[in-house]
Amino acid sequence: MKERLKELQLEALERVEKASTLSDLQDIRVAYLGKKGPITEVLRGMGKLSQEERPIIGELANKVREGIANELDVKKAKLEAKELDKKLEQETIDITLPGRPVQVGGPHLLTSIVQEIEDLFIGMGFEIREGPEVETDYYNFEALNLPKGHPARDMQDSFYITEDLLLRTHTSPVQARTMGEYKGSQPVKMICPGKVYRRDTDDATHSHQFTQVEGLYVDKDVRMSDLKGVLNSFAKQLFGEDREIRLRPSFFPFTEPSVEMDISCKVCNGKGCSVCKRTGWIEILGGGMVHPRVLELAGYDPKVYNGFAFGMGPERIAMLKYGVDDIRHFYANDVRFLKQYHKAE
Amino acid sequence: MFVSLNWLRNYVDIENITPEELAEKITKTGIEVEGIEYIADQSSNVVVGFVNECEKHPNADKLNLCQVDVGDEVLQIICGAPNIAQGQKVAVAKPGAVLPGNFKIKKAKLRGVESNGMICSLQELGIEEKYVPKDVAEGIFVFPEESEVGVNALQLLNLDDAILELGLTPNRSDALSMLGVAYEVSAILDVPIRLPEEGVETGTEKASDYVSIKVEDPDLNPYYGAFVVKDIQIGPSPLWIRNYLMAAGIRPINNVVDITNYVLLEYGQPLHAFDFDQFGSKEIVVRRAHDGEKMITLDDEERTLKSDHLVITNGQQPTALAGVMGGANSEVSDQTTTVLLEAAYFAPSAVRTSSKDHGLRSESSTRFEKGVDPNRVKRAGLRAAQLLTKYANGTLLSGIVEFDQLDKSEVEVNIQTNKINNRLGTEISKETIADILRKLNFNYDQDGDDFTIHVPTRRQDITIFEDMIEEVARIYGYDNLPYTLPQGASQAGGLTNQQQLKRNVKNYFESAGLMEAITYSLTTKQRANLLISPEIKSKAEVPVALAMPMSEEHSTLRLSILPEMLDSLAYNIARKQPNLGYYEVGTVFVSEQKIVTEQPEEKLRATGAVTGEWISHPWQQEKRVVDFFLVKGIVEGLFRKLNLSVEYKQVKIDGMHPGRTAQIYLQERPIGFLGQVHPKLQKDYDLKDTYVFDIDLDYIFELHDIEPSFLKIPRYPSISRDIALVVKEEVYAGAIQSTIEEAGGSLVKEVQVFDVYQGEHLAKGTKSIAFNILYLDPEKTLKDEEVEKSYQAILSAVQDVHQAELRG
Ligand SMILES: [Zn+2]
Repeated sequence: MKERLKELQLEALERVEKASTLSDLQDIRVAYLGKKGPITEVLRGMGKLSQEERPIIGELANKVREGIANELDVKKAKLEAKELDKKLEQETIDITLPGRPVQVGGPHLLTSIVQEIEDLFIGMGFEIREGPEVETDYYNFEALNLPKGHPARDMQDSFYITEDLLLRTHTSPVQARTMGEYKGSQPVKMICPGKVYRRDTDDATHSHQFTQVEGLYVDKDVRMSDLKGVLNSFAKQLFGEDREIRLRPSFFPFTEPSVEMDISCKVCNGKGCSVCKRTGWIEILGGGMVHPRVLELAGYDPKVYNGFAFGMGPERIAMLKYGVDDIRHFYANDVRFLKQYHKAE
Repeated sequence: MFVSLNWLRNYVDIENITPEELAEKITKTGIEVEGIEYIADQSSNVVVGFVNECEKHPNADKLNLCQVDVGDEVLQIICGAPNIAQGQKVAVAKPGAVLPGNFKIKKAKLRGVESNGMICSLQELGIEEKYVPKDVAEGIFVFPEESEVGVNALQLLNLDDAILELGLTPNRSDALSMLGVAYEVSAILDVPIRLPEEGVETGTEKASDYVSIKVEDPDLNPYYGAFVVKDIQIGPSPLWIRNYLMAAGIRPINNVVDITNYVLLEYGQPLHAFDFDQFGSKEIVVRRAHDGEKMITLDDEERTLKSDHLVITNGQQPTALAGVMGGANSEVSDQTTTVLLEAAYFAPSAVRTSSKDHGLRSESSTRFEKGVDPNRVKRAGLRAAQLLTKYANGTLLSGIVEFDQLDKSEVEVNIQTNKINNRLGTEISKETIADILRKLNFNYDQDGDDFTIHVPTRRQDITIFEDMIEEVARIYGYDNLPYTLPQGASQAGGLTNQQQLKRNVKNYFESAGLMEAITYSLTTKQRANLLISPEIKSKAEVPVALAMPMSEEHSTLRLSILPEMLDSLAYNIARKQPNLGYYEVGTVFVSEQKIVTEQPEEKLRATGAVTGEWISHPWQQEKRVVDFFLVKGIVEGLFRKLNLSVEYKQVKIDGMHPGRTAQIYLQERPIGFLGQVHPKLQKDYDLKDTYVFDIDLDYIFELHDIEPSFLKIPRYPSISRDIALVVKEEVYAGAIQSTIEEAGGSLVKEVQVFDVYQGEHLAKGTKSIAFNILYLDPEKTLKDEEVEKSYQAILSAVQDVHQAELRG
């Protein structure tokens, strides 16, 4: 019987080895381990054996049975893995086909620029203030040292609603309002972004509506070199460390001394080209030391306080930074234009 | 202001600096040089030639065959100019010459006859048509007889000049004159200035026998000087004056007019020449015009005057609009022999009013408007008289007839060395400051560190300490100021909650797939009345309109962002971009006044519009066109993000689809709407189905707390129950949902529609809506009986309120 068992084991293992499908394995399992299988038959014949032989043969029969079962399991795992591989192979798709699109929105280029400017000044301790777009004549002009009759406040240049109300021509009134709120008794360090309006016919370089970001710092002992330092640090962060900056004297009614700031032209690297009108420099902002009259009108004693102010046009900055060639692009909302800049920031 | 460097050389030494270097220095010191123009820097080989012979071309009527002596040879040249004649001295471009525009002159044959060069007009030499004297505008230029044959014609015409274009800020009107620019350059380069000669011999007759002056309003005209110049011979002015005028952008006319213009540019002082014999009297009366008084100005326009306008009269009629333009009745003509020359100071305000009311801006009015130098008025008159005697053969009568109440005193400004340094952040010594003042040609008294400056009257812009700081700083050089950072106590900058929230809202819309648009705040009157949210409409009677719009297109302030946003959609659709989703966060302008006198309220709105396909995945045949529930989903997402719960109610709004528009309520307050644009309006804009929303952000920001508060994560399991109800089709799901939430009690955590059905399995006029109800007790495990009790309450409530039946 021993021999018969060993024979069966060898025979079974050989068949397992040869089996190539899961159903072959099932057949083998039924054939050898089933109730009608030869091992069961052997065990049934054990009655004829002696008392001593019985446990030995019994043990052997179980071992053979386990051995076959084990081999069957191992082989089954192998075949299953193979079958899975085959199935997955059949599931192959064309991964080069386009995916299901997800709608992706994005900010307007002007918003990106304004936020970038805001964040740079926030980093330097400035707060952000906003104010009305319909302003009084007082805040838009008089509080900024532009008394009635001043040429710069010609009716022709502004959109008036009444004699006393107009669409603000700059965001400077927010500065006057903020100083007024602080009542001449505490430092002011703010920037004010927003929409402004001028009586211009829309063309490639003019827009009746545009954006401004202005800044104001009022404290005791503010120096013009501070203005230079702050603007320098701002411009280098916005335009790149490799850009040079320079200040030139200029004129604004609300500052004295007044400055304009140029950065070296990126297109020609300062050598002169058509973009910079052959000067090598491009003007990006104006500013200066706050005029004592402006401080006085806002309730700050110019003998105690002074400060600096500056202002810039995000459209112009965007045009320089990204080569936008027509200011009307900012307000036409052409998707092809807007989308270009969703990846910019 | 155009500055001819050849002209400037007469006053300051600029030989050792290139035009580019000079321009850079001027710009950095405070006057922006906007451009450098070389009229003929590319041209060459143009000489003065003498026309020996001039006869008709044998084969062409309109051409002349000329023999031209150019010094070293005689050239045969064919010329088509109508004014060519034998005996003229002309500009000849020899073969090999190059003219502006890189135009090369070659030998050629014209109708069978050889032509060796070209006789040039001023235009061909590079002068702009509008500056070319009228008598040679249609033909070639003719040099004065005394010109030497064979010399460089470009030089003789001053075309080798470089011209700086100055962009002057309003304060620097001192640089509206060659002398002013010369003072500036003198300070920048530290070179001395040479002032022009003003000396002039006078005749024996007295001017006072010819004319007297009466000024009625000295405030408007504090100085009036009259010079009488007799025996004038009208003719062309000398070539150098014509050259300088053309370089400065003024067309030469005749010697008298050219000389007044020349002095205007040289001194910055406008002058006016009357024909004395046509003046109409021997009395000059300067007065305000009478209301309705009429005069004809030099440009042959009849002007109706007001009492705000200052006029020069002969005692009867106006002969000039003071400081702006002369009258036609006393204009200098070819017959003029006696000139009455006016050198006056007119108040800026008076000239500004006249110039504005009559739409006349001239070289003269711009200078008066800014205020001329009181100490240069009379000197300019003398300078012109001198030139008239020299170049128009005139005789100046002795004695200037004057009215003079003009304040010519200098302003005094005190500066202290340490105060300057404190303000600039510098360590400039008092010696350096003194040196800067010397360069500027300012007189001053010094007492140690303190200076008292007597500001020259040519610099009307300097009146206070800060003005002098700028003078010192700009000559010291802005480049030489150090870079420092503010010393004051530092504060933390940052966004306010509202500013942060605004950014969050924008980010949300972008993540929801919308692109940010920025539209104009000014729209048409018609559009300003469209698509207004009810809570805005109930406040604003009419939109706020501009008093004097430039165009109807931008005449009225918006009450809704939508009309212009729809326009942006249409703009894109016209450009074959049909699938669009926009949002904008911006203000609308609400005034409760019918006649606006106060600032309107500016309300912050979040507005959006979508049209076309939202999702398109062609190879899988997937396509989703925008619909109501897409925008509603976007809006719901916003409120979920803000942790606010809102309600939607059907509403009718002008311009919106009457059955597909919902009003949004936040805590019972209307805060906007969403829905489909009315198909009629869609058609007006040329849009396919378009869905929009418009939401009040101010109120949302008021309620919303930016700090998220921590909510415990539930520890007990929830239980979910479904309920499918059949109701009449006009019953709203939202209404049933509210009933369920109310009746279900506190254990109801969430109610959600998961199925809506209408069709063959249901009675006509009914629909079925299925809700999923989620129960949760945060404190303990729910019991089935509790849920069942709530479920029964819900069931009976919906049966009561909505006549709903359980769907079998
Ligand atoms: Zn460049």
